[in-house]
Amino acid sequence: MRKTLTALVAAAMTLAAAPVMADLVVPNLSYRTGPYAANGVPYADGFNDYFTLLNERDGGIGGELIKSPECETAYNTEKGVECYESTKGEGALVYNPLSTGITYQLIPKMAADGITLYTPGYGRTSAANGKVFKWVFNYPANYWDGASVAVKHLLDQNGGSLEGKKIALVYHNSAYGKEPIRTLEELSKKHGFTLATLPVDHPGQEQKSQWLQIRREKPDYVIMYGWGVMNQVAIQEAVNIRFPMENFIGIWWSGSENDVQAAGDKASGYKALSFHGTGMDYPVYADMKKYVVDTGKASGAGDQVGSMLYSRGMYAAIIISEAIRKAQEIAGKPAVNAAEVREGFENLDLTEARLQELGLRDFSQPIKASCENHGGPGAARVFQWDAATKQWNAASEWITSDKEVLDPLIAEDSAAFAKESGIEERCK
Amino acid sequence: MPDQLVYAMEVTLNGLMTGVLYSLVALGFVLIFKASGVFNYAQGVLALFAALTLVGIQNGQVPFAHMINAMTGGHLTDFGWHIPAVIAILLTGVVMVLLAIVIEKLVLKHLVNQAPIILFMATIGMAYFLEGFGDVMWGADIKTLDVGLPQGINETIEIATERWFGYGFFIDNLDIVATLIAILLVTALTVFSQYSKQGRALRAVADDHQAALSVGISLRFIWILVWSIAGFVALVAGIIWGTKSGVQFSLSLIALKALPVLMLGGFTSIPGAIVGGLIIGVGEKLFEFSIGPMIGGATENWFAYVLALVFLVFRPQGLFGEKIIERV
Repeated sequence: MRKTLTALVAAAMTLAAAPVMADLVVPNLSYRTGPYAANGVPYADGFNDYFTLLNERDGGIGGELIKSPECETAYNTEKGVECYESTKGEGALVYNPLSTGITYQLIPKMAADGITLYTPGYGRTSAANGKVFKWVFNYPANYWDGASVAVKHLLDQNGGSLEGKKIALVYHNSAYGKEPIRTLEELSKKHGFTLATLPVDHPGQEQKSQWLQIRREKPDYVIMYGWGVMNQVAIQEAVNIRFPMENFIGIWWSGSENDVQAAGDKASGYKALSFHGTGMDYPVYADMKKYVVDTGKASGAGDQVGSMLYSRGMYAAIIISEAIRKAQEIAGKPAVNAAEVREGFENLDLTEARLQELGLRDFSQPIKASCENHGGPGAARVFQWDAATKQWNAASEWITSDKEVLDPLIAEDSAAFAKESGIEERCK
Repeated sequence: MPDQLVYAMEVTLNGLMTGVLYSLVALGFVLIFKASGVFNYAQGVLALFAALTLVGIQNGQVPFAHMINAMTGGHLTDFGWHIPAVIAILLTGVVMVLLAIVIEKLVLKHLVNQAPIILFMATIGMAYFLEGFGDVMWGADIKTLDVGLPQGINETIEIATERWFGYGFFIDNLDIVATLIAILLVTALTVFSQYSKQGRALRAVADDHQAALSVGISLRFIWILVWSIAGFVALVAGIIWGTKSGVQFSLSLIALKALPVLMLGGFTSIPGAIVGGLIIGVGEKLFEFSIGPMIGGATENWFAYVLALVFLVFRPQGLFGEKIIERV
C-alpha cells in the first residue's frame, strides 16, 4: 500500500513538474479588454487564425501542431509579465507581446530564460543589433525606420528637399511615443527642416492644446506616433482645424481602420505607414476562408479578416512560423525547442519566392536575418485612407529607411545597453 | 493687439469650453456623493456603458451577439434597423433607470448603514463588472456615435475674430453645443431639486439621512432616483465625449478628468462642479500655452491636480463644498 502511494505521489510530482512539451507552443499575449481592446482584438485574431490555418491545412509546421494559448494582458505591463511567467512553463518557443512596455520588462527575463522575443514594428528599437540582443528580433522595421520612411516619403513629395519646411511630431507621451524624436532630430539636421515636438498624455482624449498650437504654427506636415484613442482624437482634431489630411502621416500604430472611421468622410486622404499589405487581395485568404472562416474556426467573431491590424497579427504569425520552419530545417527534427527556434529566427531567409509560395506576393519585403542583423530591411509603404470605399490604398512603393543615419544611432543605443547590462558583443 | 495676447484669448475660450466637458463628468459624481455620501468610482464606466448602449440601440446591434453566436454557431450581428437619435437617447435613458434599479436591489440595498469606504469599494466592483458586461454585451470595437451634433470649427466666430483681432479663433461647434447642454442640464437639475417633491426629498436625505427617514422618505427610492439621474448625466457626458473620439473603452478614463474638478469644486456642490471645471479647463490650457513649451509640454494632466491641490490647501472642503464642523 505504502509502495503504491509512494509511486502515485512520485508520478503526480513528475507530471506537475514537467512542462507539457507536446506541440509547438507560441503563447498569444493579447488584449481583448481595456482601453486598447479595439486594437488588440483584430491583431490577436490575425495571429491565431494563421496558426489555425497551418494546423487545419498543413497539419501544423513540419507535422507538429501549433498551440497558441492566449493570455489577457489588457495592455498592462504587470499583467503582461504575469502572462509570460504563467505560460513559459508550457514549453513556450517565442513571445510577441504587442506592447513596448511589456517588451522592455521581458528583454532581460527572456534572455535569462533562453526564449526568443519577437517584436515586429515595436519594442526596443536598438534590439535590431543582434550583436547585443541575442534573444530579441524586431524585423522587418522598427520605430526609427518608420520616422525615416515618413521623411523619405516627404522628400519624394517635395522634389528631394525639405529645406525650410516645418514638421510637427505629435506623439504619445510614453517610451514608445518618444522613440522617433532622436531620429527626427538627426534627419532635420541632414535635410534642413524644422522639427516641433508635441507630446500628448495618455490616453489622449483631450488634445485641444496641441492642435491649437498646430493651427497657430502651421507646420507643413504632421507625423503622428499614437495608439488607441489618441489616434482617433488627433485625426478628428486635424479635421476640425482643417489640416490637410494628405500632409498628416501616422506610424503603423496610428493607421488602422479604427483610427479613421470615427472622423467619417473627412478623414479621407490621411496617410499611414505599414510594413505589410492589407485587404483581401492575397491568395492566402482563399485558404483562410476555406479552412478557418467557413469552418467556424476563426478566432473571435471572424469579422476582422483582412483589416490592417488583423493583417499585422497575421504577419507576426507568418514570420514566427517561418522561423520555426527554419529551426526545424537546421535541427533536422520537427519538435524544436526554444534555443533552436532562436537559431531559426537568426537564419531566417524569407525570399520573394517564398512569400509568393505562401500566397503573400508583395505583402511584405523579403527578410534575410543574420547574427548581426535582427532588424531586417527597415522598409515600409505609405497607405492612404479612402473613406468612401473604407479601405487603405497603397500610396507609395516600398521605401527603405536611411541606414546612414539610423545605424550609428542603433549602435550607440545598443552599446549603452550592453555596457549597463554587462553584455559582451557577439558575432565576432 | 500682440499675437501672444490674441492666442491667449483663444486658448482661454477653448479652456472654458473644455472645462464644461470636465464638469459634465464631475456632475455625476457630485449628484451621488451629495445624496448618499458615496464616491462613485463607476461614474466613468457609467458614461461608457450609456454611450455603448445608445450606439447599440441606435444601430440595432444585437446585444450579447458574440456570446450567442459562440453558443449557437449563428451569425447574429444586428436587427437591421436604425432608430432616430432622439428615440435611441430616450430608450437608453430607460436602460439607465433600469440599471439604477438593479444596482440598488443587488448592491446598495445590502449595504445600508455600512461605512462609506465599503460603499466606495462596492462602486469599484461595479465599475469593473460594468466594463466587462458592456464588453460582452456590445463588443470591444470602436463605434461611431452620430446623434446629429455638429463638429468642426465655428466659422462665424472665426470670421468675426479675424475681423476684430486679425486672427480667426478656433472654437469647436461640438464644444458650443456641449456648453448649451450643460447649461440646460444644470438649470433642470437646480429646478428639480428646488421645486419638485422628489428633489426636496433628495436634498433632505443629503442633509440628514436619519431625519429624512424619520419623516417617511424612502432611502431606497432616493438611491434609485439619484443613480438614475447620475446615469442620465453619464449618458450626456458619454454622448459628447463619444462624439469626439468614437465610443470605445478608454471613454471610462474620462473620470480621471473629473477628479481635480471635484477636488477644486467640492464633492457636494453642483455650481462647484461647473466652476471647478471652468477653472481647471482654463488653468491647464493657459499653463500648457505659456509654460508648457519651456518644460517639454504635456503638462495638462498633472497641472490640473496641482491646481486642485493648491485650492485644497486653502479650502479643504473645495471651493463650494460644505465646511464640516464636528463638535465633541
